[in-house]
Amino acid sequence: MRTATRILGYQLRDIARNRWVLAYAAVLLLLTEVLFRLGGDGQRVVLSLLNLVLIFVPLVALTFGTLYLYTAREFIELLLAQPVGRGAMFAGLWGGLALPLIGAVTIGVGLPFLLHFGDGGIPIQAVLLLLGTGALLTASFTAIAFLLALRFEDRAMGFGAALLVWLACAVVYDGLVLLAVTIFADYPLETPLLILTLFNPLDLGRVLLLLELDVSALMGYTGAIFNQFLGTGLGLAVALIALLLWTVIPLAFGLRRFRRRDF
Amino acid sequence: MTAPLVIDAAGLTKRFGKLQVLRGIDLSVAPGRITGLVGPNASGKSTLIKSILGLVRPDAGQLTVLGSPVNGDERYRGEIGYMPQAARFPENLTGREVLAMIRDLRGNTSPPDPALLDAFQLSEELSKPVRTLSGGTRQKLSAGLAFLFHPKLLILDEPTAGLDPVASGVFKRHLAAARERGASVLLASHTLSELGELADDIVFLLDGRVRFHGPVQQLLESTGASRLEPACAALMQGERVP
Repeated sequence: MRTATRILGYQLRDIARNRWVLAYAAVLLLLTEVLFRLGGDGQRVVLSLLNLVLIFVPLVALTFGTLYLYTAREFIELLLAQPVGRGAMFAGLWGGLALPLIGAVTIGVGLPFLLHFGDGGIPIQAVLLLLGTGALLTASFTAIAFLLALRFEDRAMGFGAALLVWLACAVVYDGLVLLAVTIFADYPLETPLLILTLFNPLDLGRVLLLLELDVSALMGYTGAIFNQFLGTGLGLAVALIALLLWTVIPLAFGLRRFRRRDF
Repeated sequence: MTAPLVIDAAGLTKRFGKLQVLRGIDLSVAPGRITGLVGPNASGKSTLIKSILGLVRPDAGQLTVLGSPVNGDERYRGEIGYMPQAARFPENLTGREVLAMIRDLRGNTSPPDPALLDAFQLSEELSKPVRTLSGGTRQKLSAGLAFLFHPKLLILDEPTAGLDPVASGVFKRHLAAARERGASVLLASHTLSELGELADDIVFLLDGRVRFHGPVQQLLESTGASRLEPACAALMQGERVP
C-alpha cells in the first residue's frame, strides 16, 4: 500500500506537468467560460456541457490512458526491476493517471462555475453531479484503457481498439438503440434496453446526469426508461453502481493481466 | 563451505508464442566475478536477464538469485542494481526526482552511494526535466541509478553503448571498483573487446542454451584464438558443424 502511494505520488507529479493534461484542462475551462459568455445561465451551461463531458471525457481518458501505458513501458520495466510488487505498481500507475485527469476535468469545468457563482442561478447539485460523472467516466475509461493496453502488445492495435471502444460507446450504441426501437416498435423493449444501458458506461453517465437534471426532452430513450421504471432515486443508484462496476471490473482484469505478464 | 551462488539456474525454458527463446538454461554464477553475457541477436540474452529480474516468468526450470528463489516475492531485487539497454524515465520529472522516486520505492535504509553519479558530474543536469536531457546523459543517470544502492549483483545490459569514451572509462573504473568490494556483475555486451578487458568469465548463449561458460582465458585456449571476437565466432561455427 505504501509503495502504491509512493508510485502514485511521483506519477502524479509527472502527469500534472504533462502538457496534454494541462491543455485538456485549459480547453475545458475555455469552453465552459465561452458558454457562460454566450449568455447562458447556470442551468443552460450545465445542459450544454453535458454532452461535451459525455463525449470528450471518455475519448481523452481512452486515448491518453493507452498511450500513457505504452510510452511508460520501459520505465515500468525499470520500476519492476526494483523490489516492488506488481499489485502496488499497477495501483500506483492507474491512480497516477486517473487522478490528474479527474483534476483536469474538475478544474476545467468547475472553476468557471465557481467564478460565476456570484451571478446567481447556479444549480449546485447539478454541477456537482456533472463533476462527479466526469470523475466516474474518467475512472472507468482509464481502467478500460489500461486493460486494452495490456491486452494488445502492439501499440497501434491497442490505440485502435481504444478508439473503437469510444466509437462503439459514443456513436454506434445510439444508432443500435434507435434501430432496435424502430424495428421492434411493436414489442415491449423497456427491459432489454435497460439491460443494454448497463453495458455502456457512457450511457450510464448520461442516465446519471439526466435523471438528476430532470429534463425529459434530453433524456433519450434509455434515460426515459430508467426514470419510468426505476424512478429517480433507484435509477440513480443503479446507474451509479453499474458505473462503479465499469471501473472495478476492467481494473480487476487489468491487474490479473499485469501480474501474469512478461515485460 | 563455499559462498552461495549469485545466479543458479537449471533447465530454464521460455516460449513466446511460436518462438522458443530459452531451451534449457543451466547456469551457476559464483559471487565476486564479472561475467560477460555474450551471444548473437535472439540468442536469449534479454530473456535470461529479464527472468533473473522477475520481469519474465520462465515456463519451466529452477531459478535462484542471491539465495532466493524467483517466485514472485520481490524482496530479493533490493540487492540488485539494474541498468536496462534503453533508459526511459518520466519525461516531466527531473533527474533528481527520478532518483528520489527509486530510493523511496526501494525503502533503503543505508545512505545511497552517489560516487558514479558524482564522477559523471551530473549535478547541474539533474535539476532539469528528463525530456530535455540527451541520450548520453540519460544513460549516465541510468548507470548511476544501478550503482546507487550498494547492490550485491549488478545487471548491466549494453551499459556503454551510448556513452562517450571519457564516460565509458569512468564507468569501467567504477565497475572494477564494485567488483573489488565484492559485488557480482552480469554484463551483457556486443562489444567483445570491452568484455575482454573487463570480464573474468564469459557466458556464451546460442539458440537459448549456454554454449560455453568459463574464464576468458579458458575460452581463448580452447578455441586457439588470441582475442574474444574470433573465439566467439569459433563457438558459433562449432555449433553449426558438430
